[in-house]
Amino acid sequence: MEWFLEARWSPYAAGIGIGVLSWLTFLLSDKPIGCSTAFARTSGMIEKIFRGEKVDLKPYYQQFKPVVDWEWMLVLGIVPGAFISAVLSSDFHWQWIPGAWAAAFGSVLWIRLLVALIGGVFLGLGSRWAGGCTSGHGISGTLQLALGSWLAAICFFIGGIGAAFLIYHVIGG
Amino acid sequence: MLTKLHEKNKLQLFFGFIAGLCFGLFLHKGGVTKYDVIIGQLLLKDFTVLKVMMSAVITGMVGIYAMKALGWVKLHPKPGSIGSSLLGGLLFGVGFATLGYCPGTVAGALGNGYLDAAVGIAGMLIGAGLYAAFFPKIKQSILSKGDFGDVTIPRLLKVNEWFVIIPLGILLFVLLKWIESKGL
Repeated sequence: MEWFLEARWSPYAAGIGIGVLSWLTFLLSDKPIGCSTAFARTSGMIEKIFRGEKVDLKPYYQQFKPVVDWEWMLVLGIVPGAFISAVLSSDFHWQWIPGAWAAAFGSVLWIRLLVALIGGVFLGLGSRWAGGCTSGHGISGTLQLALGSWLAAICFFIGGIGAAFLIYHVIGG
Repeated sequence: MLTKLHEKNKLQLFFGFIAGLCFGLFLHKGGVTKYDVIIGQLLLKDFTVLKVMMSAVITGMVGIYAMKALGWVKLHPKPGSIGSSLLGGLLFGVGFATLGYCPGTVAGALGNGYLDAAVGIAGMLIGAGLYAAFFPKIKQSILSKGDFGDVTIPRLLKVNEWFVIIPLGILLFVLLKWIESKGL
């Protein structure tokens, strides 16, 4: 069981684990692993608190109803899953500013949080625009050989590499 | 197909949660709940993210297509279009680099104790809400541009699935070997 207590595995072991997990989700639940619709549904649930039932009538929420579903539970499960893994391997710690960010841009908290918030807005918007994320398209869609998922996944990295170079080498350079 | 099992809604919610626990564990063990690892990938210094993803894709692809051949599972390819997959993909990429997490790893990062991820989640909820608001306006104009539906590569090329799976599996494997040989 010692391997279970290690903070990092070979990325290939982790990847094969995710691949086998996807066999099980297809077999037992008839579902591919994916994450981003859970955020859209949650956004709808929060909007319903303020604006009431009429939120359900929005065309997007008729397609993706603001309810708890399989994928929502999956995203919820990721938090304790990573937490248990981190705690058991003595890798859990509270951290506001990641090391690579601090090394390039310093330790001013509000700047990192503002950038994280803006990044989150793009991520939420972009994942729903593309109809999936790094899991839904990048892993589950590409492994099913879906053309749209391959195109989306390649664009995730083109956009991501472009933006990372801009942030770290132009703005931070 | 285990159709009866798939119809047990409450049990399926529990299965979703258990799958999430395992997914969170693998994401953490793979190192991809960490901003430094993800930004390292996007700066092309550390290829952990692609190693995790490509080995998941090779494993998943072979197993799922084998189970499909046995009639145990059915595929769920998502539809795509140039307007949706390309534009949405690029927007996603900007968010991926700016936040330094993606929708799955942001939840894992929170479980790892990284609090910038919590702010990222708040941003994602805003972004998803904005998308829901704009959706009717862009549906006909942008999203339908270059629509190719839920076609898969073997269907597009009109070849047997394994003529794509085997060469692609080998290609990804060779790519990983090459990345390793460069010490990345």
